Amino acid sequence: MTDGVPRVSWAPSDLEIARQHHRRKASGRSVLIALVSTLVFTAVVVVVLINSPGWESVKTTFFDFEVAKDSFPAVLEGLWLNIRVLFFATIGVAIVGTLLAVMRSLRGPVFFPLRALATIYTDLFRGVPVLIVLFLVGFGVPALDIVPRVPAAVWGTVAITLCYSAYIAEVLRAGMEAVHPSQRIAARSLGLSHAETLRVVVIPQGLRKVIPALMNDFVSMQKDVGLISVLGAVDAVRAAQIEVAVSYNFTPYVVAALLFVAMSFPVIRLTDHVSARMARREQSGGTV
Amino acid sequence: MSVLTLSNVWKRFGDVEVLKGVDLTLEEHDVVVLIGASGSGKSTLLRTINLIEQVDDGQVILSGDDITDPRVNVDKARARIGVVFQQFNLFPHMKVIDNVTLAARRVHKWPADKARDKGVALLEKFGLGDKVDEYSDRLSGGQQQRVAIVRAIMTDPELLLLDEITSALDPMLVGEVLDLVRDLKEGGSTMLIATHEMSFASTVADRIVFMHGGRILETGTPEKIFSAPERPETQEFLARIMHR
Repeated sequence: MTDGVPRVSWAPSDLEIARQHHRRKASGRSVLIALVSTLVFTAVVVVVLINSPGWESVKTTFFDFEVAKDSFPAVLEGLWLNIRVLFFATIGVAIVGTLLAVMRSLRGPVFFPLRALATIYTDLFRGVPVLIVLFLVGFGVPALDIVPRVPAAVWGTVAITLCYSAYIAEVLRAGMEAVHPSQRIAARSLGLSHAETLRVVVIPQGLRKVIPALMNDFVSMQKDVGLISVLGAVDAVRAAQIEVAVSYNFTPYVVAALLFVAMSFPVIRLTDHVSARMARREQSGGTV
Repeated sequence: MSVLTLSNVWKRFGDVEVLKGVDLTLEEHDVVVLIGASGSGKSTLLRTINLIEQVDDGQVILSGDDITDPRVNVDKARARIGVVFQQFNLFPHMKVIDNVTLAARRVHKWPADKARDKGVALLEKFGLGDKVDEYSDRLSGGQQQRVAIVRAIMTDPELLLLDEITSALDPMLVGEVLDLVRDLKEGGSTMLIATHEMSFASTVADRIVFMHGGRILETGTPEKIFSAPERPETQEFLARIMHR
């Protein structure tokens, strides 16, 4: 410090010591309450489950360790298909979703057809259940006989991409509209065209604002790739179904469920982390 | 040839006439300061020159080119004019240097190293050498506004428009920004400035233009406008603003 103010070593006053003492006591009490209430809640759930009249049969049909062990390899192999579908669908959604968002934000009468097309698309695909889109794309498009035969998983990927692009486009558009108009004005004043302004100034900032929402949609897509099983593709859900048919035991479904959770867990935690970091950055130290 | 000629510029927002036939000419190296109450049309006038607002009548002529002609490429016209805003409007997702060089790289197609060299040189010249790789929202208001000015002058525009560039600043930070503008005047920039800082206006302006109700009511040297204003509206405005 060279600002000329003499340095004074700080020792907490009695008032501050009393406050710190009180805060420590209060936080100790909070931890205790949390611990006790968690234990009590868990105990209640366990007691209710175990004492329910059908628990024994539920236990053997859903939670049979031997069946789980036997079905695990097949279900895991199925999950690998889900992961590949997810990979390609994510790329597809990123491209189509961004295109749709940009199309919807175009201005001027020249672009009316594009804007209308994008609007109809997003309205349609957000309204139709994913399952029905899967049926239409997976059974309808091959029936046209204009495309060569491809595995059902490919049509599943296309259907998932079509549906999720509509959601992602709306999220991206919300982000782009949340960028203050003064940013566009500043960019246009420098001589940047409308397209360059979108690409260099609006989209990068808009994207940042909606990252938690996008990641949430990604988590949602991670489990919805399991729906491609209705087209006959042998993914984790289908593999579990086959195992169920073999063993007359529902445990393979639980195995598939746990694997889906395990797959989505890292992204869910990452989403929380990113949201918390953004909130911290924007509040910069406030306590409310 | 004049750098800027406005002839009979009209602007209407719905039923409200904001500019009612403005005529103004800036020669090269002219520094003209617009004064007047809020709502007198200063900001709108600057925005019509920059083609952010389309004029309802009249012409804006930039170095001989009528840029209000619908056949003119607005992006090319805007690239010839530097603008500094009240709220800085820096791009918060870019570093200071990228803010400053954006137009040079994207619009004027300079090679990246040429743009960076000039950007760094300008930032250093104006005391921002240690902020080159900072993100703009980490800077103080005065520093942000100086970066915004560097961004505007980076490609040597024919004309600079400064729109109340100190109105959002802490009084302690106003000085550093206004000193920079004085440097630009020394360097020969042609500037049209809207401001409420009368002492700054009197020291930097070659000519003061008083706007009232969308019209230019009085024009003159700072000495004349501040010591012997002719119009009663000018007298009243100055009396109010000087004795706040």
